[in-house]
Amino acid sequence: MMILQPIGRTFLQFVGTLGRLALFSGAALSHIVRPPFYARVILRQMIEIGYLSMPIVGLTALFTGMVLALQSYTGFARFSAEGAIANVVVLSMTRELGPVLGGLMVAGRIGAAMAAEIGTMRVTEQIDALETLSTNPLKYLVAPRLLAGLTMLPLLVFVADIIGVFGGYLVSIYKLGFNPANYLQNTWDFLQLQDVISGLVKASVFGFIVTLMGCYHGYHSAGGAQGVGSATTNAVVSASILILCFDYILTEMFFAR
Amino acid sequence: MSAAAPKIRLKGVRKSFDRKIVLDGVDLEVGVGESVVIIGGSGVGKSVLLKCILGLLPPDAGSIQIDGQEVIGLRSRDREQVNRKFGMLFQGAALFDSLPVWENVAFGLLAQKRATRAAAKEIAIAKLSQVGLGPEVADLSPAELSGGMKKRVGLARAIASEPEIIFFDEPTTGLDPIMSDVINDLIAKITRDVGATGLSITHDMASARKISDRIAMIHAGKIVWSGPTSTIDKSGNDYVDQFIHGRAEGPIKMAVRL
Ligand SMILES: Nc1ncnc2c1ncn2[C@@H]1O[C@H](COP(=O)(O)OP(=O)(O)OP(=O)(O)O)[C@@H](O)[C@H]1O
Ligand SMILES: [Mg+2]
Repeated sequence: MMILQPIGRTFLQFVGTLGRLALFSGAALSHIVRPPFYARVILRQMIEIGYLSMPIVGLTALFTGMVLALQSYTGFARFSAEGAIANVVVLSMTRELGPVLGGLMVAGRIGAAMAAEIGTMRVTEQIDALETLSTNPLKYLVAPRLLAGLTMLPLLVFVADIIGVFGGYLVSIYKLGFNPANYLQNTWDFLQLQDVISGLVKASVFGFIVTLMGCYHGYHSAGGAQGVGSATTNAVVSASILILCFDYILTEMFFAR
Repeated sequence: MSAAAPKIRLKGVRKSFDRKIVLDGVDLEVGVGESVVIIGGSGVGKSVLLKCILGLLPPDAGSIQIDGQEVIGLRSRDREQVNRKFGMLFQGAALFDSLPVWENVAFGLLAQKRATRAAAKEIAIAKLSQVGLGPEVADLSPAELSGGMKKRVGLARAIASEPEIIFFDEPTTGLDPIMSDVINDLIAKITRDVGATGLSITHDMASARKISDRIAMIHAGKIVWSGPTSTIDKSGNDYVDQFIHGRAEGPIKMAVRL
């Protein structure tokens, strides 16, 4: 009895959280399609996520692409390295590393900021104030952020893919001394539309996860500055774990046969 | 709905947090156009009471009617409709710190699309001047304001959409005596001339006398006395006497050990 109790309690808490999360995201998503729309707020969030995250996601992609080329050269040196490296770089970037690393970087940058901002609004009664001004906080605060996450992450990752491939190209040409035309040809030959699309779908899902975790933890924070602090941590940690978890699930869906 | 239905009617409203009972059966009626002040010790649940009426906190039991309509358990869309009747000044002002002052003041108007941005800004500046703030404040961000200025911006926001019912949670706390009097006059004017229904919380008896038609005292989760403002000095109620004269000795025990 004594041993089962905590296990049961934890399980019930987990199920409860899942339920609340489902209700929260369901309600927020329904506000994305129901007027009125807050165009200014949506635009602002899109700029915040899509445009202002560009530098860190771009840098991450650049170095990832460069390191991919360098690492795979060690492994493929004895074989036809040229074709293999182009292949590894472009497939890893588009299918896997672009969306995952992009998602993780955005979780750190955007998820944390959202949880802190919404959490502060909660503990300083700004969310209550919204309601007294006949404004649904889910519609005004959460829905625009989810929409921006869903739409802007694919854009961000698409650019990251290009930068990553370019990083691999730089290393291959200037360090490893490959022929630029051949390298580009190889990159192009190996790339399939499905690789890019699957990566962008992943990005969209990760964008949703990051913004949902930021909003959910911020929205339910309590207990002053400390509560906001732990909401921020929880948002980043849960988003990162969920990204890795859903990365597997989505890969399985796209490529397992 | 009869014509005589009070604007706000509370019956047996209870609210507790975990095991701590805050409201223990509050009964209160506020008539149309009436201005009622709630007094009571710090932490007895005055702010909680306002939040229950606004639907920000769900009461555990009881009934809350606005214009004869039961509002406990309303769906969020209907609640939004009811909330259009309300304006609220929060104890901590609760200004939106991502928006400039004028957008804070005009928030309700903009959200309900009752004015264009240009017109809303003009209204906001007019409301700001009513609370003694000049047009130069309009473009500042809330972080750049003093505590008393925040309070007044919060007041301007509460009255900007000219609601039927306005709640003021300690409107004059943190203001100098002269500005307090200006705000008292403003609240009195809104509830008397414009005919809005007012429910205010204050610790400041001078302010309470000036802005209210009726005073209700809350203690230990219940309304222990309520009566016309003119009768407060001869209420015959020990709690009220102790409170308005600010005596440490009396039936209200403060949990202080020296
Ligand atoms: N969200 C909450 N969670 C838990 N307890 C709360 C919450 N809000 C208020 N309380 C408790 O309810 C009681 C009443 O709080 P409330 O803010 O209504 O006091 P008040 O009468 O407005 O006091 P003051 O005059 O100091 O503003 C307090 O003891 C407080 O601890
Ligand atoms: Mg209070």
